[in-house]
Amino acid sequence: MPRDNSIKKVLVIGSGPIVIGQAAEFDYAGTQACRSLKEEGVEVVLVNSNPATIMTDKNIADHVYIEPLTVKVLEQIIMEEKPDSILPTLGGQAGLNLGMELAESGFLKEHGVRLIGTTAETIFKAEDRQAFKDTMEKIHEPVAASLVVHTVEDGIKFTNTIGYPVVLRPAYTLGGSGGGIAYNEEQLIEILTNGLRLSRVHEVLVERCIAGWKEIEYEVMRDAAGNCITVCNMENIDPVGVHTGDSIVVAPSQTIGDKEYQMLRTSALNIITELGITGGCNVQYALNPDSFEYCVIEVNPRVSRSSALASKATGYPIAKVAAKIALGYTLDEIKNAITGKTYASFEPMLDYCVVKIPRLPFDKFITAKRTLTTQMKATGEVMSICNNFEGALMKAIRSLEQHVDSLMAYEFHELSDEKLEEALHVVDDRRIFCIAEALRRGVSQEHIHDITRIDLWFIDKIQILVEMEQRLKSEELTVELLKEAKRIEFPDHVIADLCGKTTREVHDMRYANGIVAAYKMVDTCAAEFEAETPYYYSVYGSENEAVQTKDKKKVLVLGSGPIRIGQGVEFDYCSVHATWAFAKEGYETIIVNNNPETVSTDFDIADKLYFEPLTDEDVESIVDIEKPDGAVVQFGGQTAIKLTEALMKMGVPIFGTKAEDVDAAEDRELFDKILEETGIPRASGGTVYTASEAKEIANKIGYPVLVRPSYVLGGQGMQIAFNDQEIEEFIGIINQIAQDHPILVDKYLQGKEIEVDAVCDGTDILIPGIMEHIERTGVHSGDSISVYPANTISEVAKNKIVDYTERLAKALHVKGMINIQFIDMNDEIYVIEVNPRSSRTVPYISKVTGIPIVDLATQVITGHTLKELGYKPGLQPSAEYIAIKMPVFSFEKLRGAEIAMGPEMKSTGECLGIAKTFNEALYKAFLGAGVSLPKHKQMIMTVADKAKPESVEVAKRFAALGYKIYATRSTAKYLQEHGVEALWVNKISQESPNVMDLILGHKIDLVIDIPTAGHGDKSSDGFQIRRNAIETGVYCITAMDTANALARSLETAQNDFTLVDIAKVKNA
Amino acid sequence: MKAFLILEDGTVFEGTSIGSTREVISEIVFNTSMTGYLEVLTDPSYAGQAVTMTYPLIGNYGITEDMESKRSWVDGYIVRELSRTNSNFRSKGSIQDFLKEQDVPGIAGIDTRALTKLLREKGTMNGMITTDENYDLDVVLKKLKDYTVGDVVSKVTCDDVTVLKGSGKKVALLDFGAKNNIAKSLNERGCQVTIYPAHTKAETILSTNPDGIMLSNGPGDPKTCTTIIEEIKKLYASDVPIFAICLGHQLMALANGADTHKMKYGHRGGNHPVKDLQTGRVYISSQNHGYVVDTDTLDPSVAVPAFVNVNDGTNEGLKYTGKNIFTVQFHPEACPGPQDSGYLFDRFISMMGGAQ
Repeated sequence: MPRDNSIKKVLVIGSGPIVIGQAAEFDYAGTQACRSLKEEGVEVVLVNSNPATIMTDKNIADHVYIEPLTVKVLEQIIMEEKPDSILPTLGGQAGLNLGMELAESGFLKEHGVRLIGTTAETIFKAEDRQAFKDTMEKIHEPVAASLVVHTVEDGIKFTNTIGYPVVLRPAYTLGGSGGGIAYNEEQLIEILTNGLRLSRVHEVLVERCIAGWKEIEYEVMRDAAGNCITVCNMENIDPVGVHTGDSIVVAPSQTIGDKEYQMLRTSALNIITELGITGGCNVQYALNPDSFEYCVIEVNPRVSRSSALASKATGYPIAKVAAKIALGYTLDEIKNAITGKTYASFEPMLDYCVVKIPRLPFDKFITAKRTLTTQMKATGEVMSICNNFEGALMKAIRSLEQHVDSLMAYEFHELSDEKLEEALHVVDDRRIFCIAEALRRGVSQEHIHDITRIDLWFIDKIQILVEMEQRLKSEELTVELLKEAKRIEFPDHVIADLCGKTTREVHDMRYANGIVAAYKMVDTCAAEFEAETPYYYSVYGSENEAVQTKDKKKVLVLGSGPIRIGQGVEFDYCSVHATWAFAKEGYETIIVNNNPETVSTDFDIADKLYFEPLTDEDVESIVDIEKPDGAVVQFGGQTAIKLTEALMKMGVPIFGTKAEDVDAAEDRELFDKILEETGIPRASGGTVYTASEAKEIANKIGYPVLVRPSYVLGGQGMQIAFNDQEIEEFIGIINQIAQDHPILVDKYLQGKEIEVDAVCDGTDILIPGIMEHIERTGVHSGDSISVYPANTISEVAKNKIVDYTERLAKALHVKGMINIQFIDMNDEIYVIEVNPRSSRTVPYISKVTGIPIVDLATQVITGHTLKELGYKPGLQPSAEYIAIKMPVFSFEKLRGAEIAMGPEMKSTGECLGIAKTFNEALYKAFLGAGVSLPKHKQMIMTVADKAKPESVEVAKRFAALGYKIYATRSTAKYLQEHGVEALWVNKISQESPNVMDLILGHKIDLVIDIPTAGHGDKSSDGFQIRRNAIETGVYCITAMDTANALARSLETAQNDFTLVDIAKVKNA
Repeated sequence: MKAFLILEDGTVFEGTSIGSTREVISEIVFNTSMTGYLEVLTDPSYAGQAVTMTYPLIGNYGITEDMESKRSWVDGYIVRELSRTNSNFRSKGSIQDFLKEQDVPGIAGIDTRALTKLLREKGTMNGMITTDENYDLDVVLKKLKDYTVGDVVSKVTCDDVTVLKGSGKKVALLDFGAKNNIAKSLNERGCQVTIYPAHTKAETILSTNPDGIMLSNGPGDPKTCTTIIEEIKKLYASDVPIFAICLGHQLMALANGADTHKMKYGHRGGNHPVKDLQTGRVYISSQNHGYVVDTDTLDPSVAVPAFVNVNDGTNEGLKYTGKNIFTVQFHPEACPGPQDSGYLFDRFISMMGGAQ
């Protein structure tokens, strides 16, 4: 079927801020789809509230709205832009829901707009619980039997028809509390009774328990003519019970035969056909490991995280093809861009093995519950490719950048046999390491399988890795042994540690014997056809396919690895833009990255893509083959910066700011010297290695002090200490990981926090704008509400900031990007930190000022001057818009995580509010972050003593807005004394009705809880209030400045927005 | 033990011996299926060929009952890695033991992707798998040049007539090296299937008044099957509905004056899109063939293309004009591979006047 020419203008809905469960994969999918639509001459209107994305660039879509993703905003955009169609299947669940709401309300019909890609009816059939069940029954596809019950008797009756064990899921309880698995009637009665009591609606879902079954997924595509294919299947190493986003996943499936494979494939095609999906779809199955019995777990009628993974695992561009299908093309009409010879109707065949490991945030949330369940907790993931499973697993482990490069980690060797056996029962992110230790101690594979239900094939693979550890420990390192260790991807330094050699010795022995990495191509077809797109992965003991090109200058662009808190999609934005800019400058571009969710690892972004871990050794192997003219590290966050030294040693020049200058910014003593020379003040402090040294400095400069490790991003391990005891604790936590660099201890200054990104060409500096944080210092910059242009600082302060920025950039010989954070204390400006690299604010500031910062930085790096590029140096005139960046958190997904803000970053994403006025921008920013108030006009305040004076003003503002304020004893008393009508409510520990009952009553809009500075005790009232608020969906504020900002936004709330098309923002 | 794979062009791969240590000369082909190694090993169409699996991890789920014939027919087996363990509820043993029992020589631990690329670029080549480290390359190369697959249909076909009981249509299946699932697919649809040896006379079959005739898949160059082609001419003339797969499809074309030629490296895998020219629908098919029918040489008044390969445009099926005959190059019986075209068996049954 040819292209439907009636589709001329399409609205694409993005997925909004990055949260757990909805991450960078939708930027990747959306970007690919938009490019695919534009290729077909379609005018693309894009809406997404997330400014850090590549899809919201003006070169990706024709009209770009970085606006809150609400039905009202979408309706307004549709009325202004008048698209003829909407593509809702690329923006995750958020985009899909919005599309559905617009369709169901009749708005689309009224305005002559249709959903393309997949119809509303299809979405309903896949998403509605009952409709889905009915559809599956109709085509005889089994789903796990389940029933909603309201009495224990009904529960028993139903369970008797389906058999034990059953899973019990109470409706509307905190994070699924009160649920569980019942293996017999006694347990059923106990859990069900409790569950019914806890459930607000006295409802419990009784479901057949299929935990422990194999979890297998299929990515399928279908066009409007009814042609279907599977792109890929995947097998979760963690059996059913762990969310697939938190599972270690392998592609293709490894432990099922062709009979099972085809049975599920046929089922997936039947389902996609019955649902009438046009585009991509993900079907998840539970397969009984002891029979052919299976259940359909879930169907996602859209592109998903799994489809991003499948795309990268196979080379098949699912989003691109889905977009073409939406335009009416059939699979056999769409060319496979990787081979240029085959068509989209050709099913990819892999001749390698892919492993995905989730990146979990437990390093950031040390109090959070580490167990993995059906609630996803990962913020991102890594993928690795190898021609054997062991190697792929080893590569994936080191790609995570968690200071773990082998299966010997997390101190399991310290456990007694009994404790280890117990640990095997724990389902968390350390399970494979625990299994490895059990195998080391001779626990049988069968026993481990009985406990974990992980397939024996995978356990044996872990055993192979363990056996290699033992051999390296006990045998002489022969060439043969080294070859075998490298075949399964043991890094040199791990081999060295095991056999008592130095890394250098192992490295040299490898090179002397020609044991070097070779590169193979991901070509979708297992080499059956010649491929045109150089997308490589490394293996040992094979022939190299990567061709060293010589005609152009080559640049190595180092990516930023998995999405984690502190290093998000912003850095992928920077890497991709740098790559495009280098290409424009005539360079051949080579990207190294390992994140399957990102745009940078799309096959057609760089000239060459190496899907590899970002470690010294892995990068060196690429350098050996490619011999690049230089590498650029300033766009890939801390991941890339960390590779600087190693690259220098390999003889690869660093393009842009030199390594020694990067060092000077990170090294405390060198940096102090520069500040002295340039006459720029900073908070006093020093560097330490031990707690006693830290205490000495702290007592000298006076508490409170800021404690943090150097060379980290996102304020990892950063804390404000108020006394010696806290210093002990924080230094202890930091030193749990061996530190290559000293720990910094600085006087904590409280003032306005200011942030600047700038581009320096060695002589001149361009500052696109100054950003100001709404929260005072002490809240990590990534968690603060950031305002551009800064609107409360004086001209004097502004001039100092510009002056200091220029001085610092020059003193550090910056060539390219620099990011500086300042404190403004009554016009006295102090430097907090300097990062001679791209930062997380770059995408946002680029978009609102219209200045392509990364492009400029790249051009500067390649030798152009700012003047030559037509820019007047210095601070650029303010843009015509106010842009406010709002952090977005995923606390509700992480049980037990502390939500109070502090110097360590906790947000997972961000959204933007952009408008002509500050108030409208602020309102949009809150709305984009999902804060849509007022609802019930009731709120709770609990404020630490120190902050009580400030709380009066906040309380008055909310009272004026009509809010009924509840407060715990001391706060209530203080507010009442200061003329605020506050209602006293009991603390959690006191009798009902107490503050917990209020929260659980679902009538509270907002909790303002300002904790005692320092850290939260898990058992404290405050912690309990915050957690319960978050888990019941109540907005919770922990900083007074945020509370004031919210009050302001509510005071000035407007019903109609002015929409801003970012594509029309002119260069300032 | 070391093993060597020596190709006609002089390339030598060194690996580890698997299965039998017997020396073998064969045609070297590759298969891109990611599952179904046992079905591949036992597919009689591979007689005369050593198969390279492009998927690197083989044997993961062991040996099950999923055999497409009574034994393994491949001349040799070439893999990247054999799994040392096998894990599946149906597994009855390891692939290592199976290869030994079946006396299949093989080689593991070689760069199968490099080998596949070589075959793709130079076309299918002859090769030798040997464990003799002191091979004389010149001698070996001469032997390789002389090797031809020969008459393998006679080798793989059944000796006796067998019957799969059924209450529906009576189908005569000519076994040129038939995969089990062809008879099974018909039998499951109610057909009574009588399986005949490849060299059975047309008269013998027609004398039983079958409702339909099924020509199976099989190994080798179709043009060498001259006597069989003569019999097929008679079957064509009989007006009994005929459905043919793979070699059967090629033989029917040859019987009707068309030509076939050897492809550069053939189609072997479970991912090839074929387009039904009547409906425009595309199906993913299981494939295993090294020869193809030249549609140019076909008289349109005799037969017209019914299926075409979406990737390279080669013929994938024919509809015989004015006859109840249709033939396909791919494998609707799957095993291994997608079951998407299984509906063709239903079409055959309705062609015989049976239930839809």
